[in-house]
Amino acid sequence: MRVKYDILGDALTLYLIGELDEHYAKGAKDYIDAIIDKENAISVVIFELSQLTFMDSTGIGMLLGRYKKLKKRNVRCYIASPSQPIEKVLSLAAIYEVIPKM
Amino acid sequence: MEKMYLKFNASSKNESFARTCVSAFILPLNPSVEELSDIKTAVSEAVTNAVVHAYPKNKENSEIIIECFVENNTLHIKITDFGQGIENVENALEPFFTTREEDERAGMGFTIMRTFMDTLSVESVPQQGTIVNMSKLLKAG
Repeated sequence: MRVKYDILGDALTLYLIGELDEHYAKGAKDYIDAIIDKENAISVVIFELSQLTFMDSTGIGMLLGRYKKLKKRNVRCYIASPSQPIEKVLSLAAIYEVIPKM
Repeated sequence: MEKMYLKFNASSKNESFARTCVSAFILPLNPSVEELSDIKTAVSEAVTNAVVHAYPKNKENSEIIIECFVENNTLHIKITDFGQGIENVENALEPFFTTREEDERAGMGFTIMRTFMDTLSVESVPQQGTIVNMSKLLKAG
């Protein structure tokens, strides 16, 4: 999988591309954390999932981990454009209760 | 009866290989897009559990076996490992239960398997391994 990002004003958008499973979660986590640590002026993070083709519960752990880290900095998190299969995994874990959908 | 047997080592890079093989096996049965993604996700969860929990160290001689067969349009999947086993299966089946919270694990693996498949059963013997059986009726087939 790959992660791309852009910053518009105080909003960081992270584009997750490909398949997110146990094998790729660590690399994605480290890459995202490095961006978050560097961009200390952001107040909103959007996880843009339209190009994520597969995600299992490892992805839930990864998203919630970033949420917890960003919450300490009062950065709000959102999820945008998940495909139907990924929506099903996210809903089952009730993730929208903490990371709302845009 | 259509059958498949797949044996591979417990490496995280094989999670993708495993779910792709099971997908390819059921493709001739014309599953719906939703059925296919449900099955891929359930297989990924079971294999991830084996990679992460059954063989936490020494993955050198680790093995995972996936057996599938289809009978009356129902896909049966059996996933076996010979790892350290689950101490308390009842706890492991609870949503959000994890022994590895520090690793940012969601504890949703078995919940996803149970929700996305029609049946789920888990047998485990400490120090001997775990067998996960799942099945799902393919309605489109």
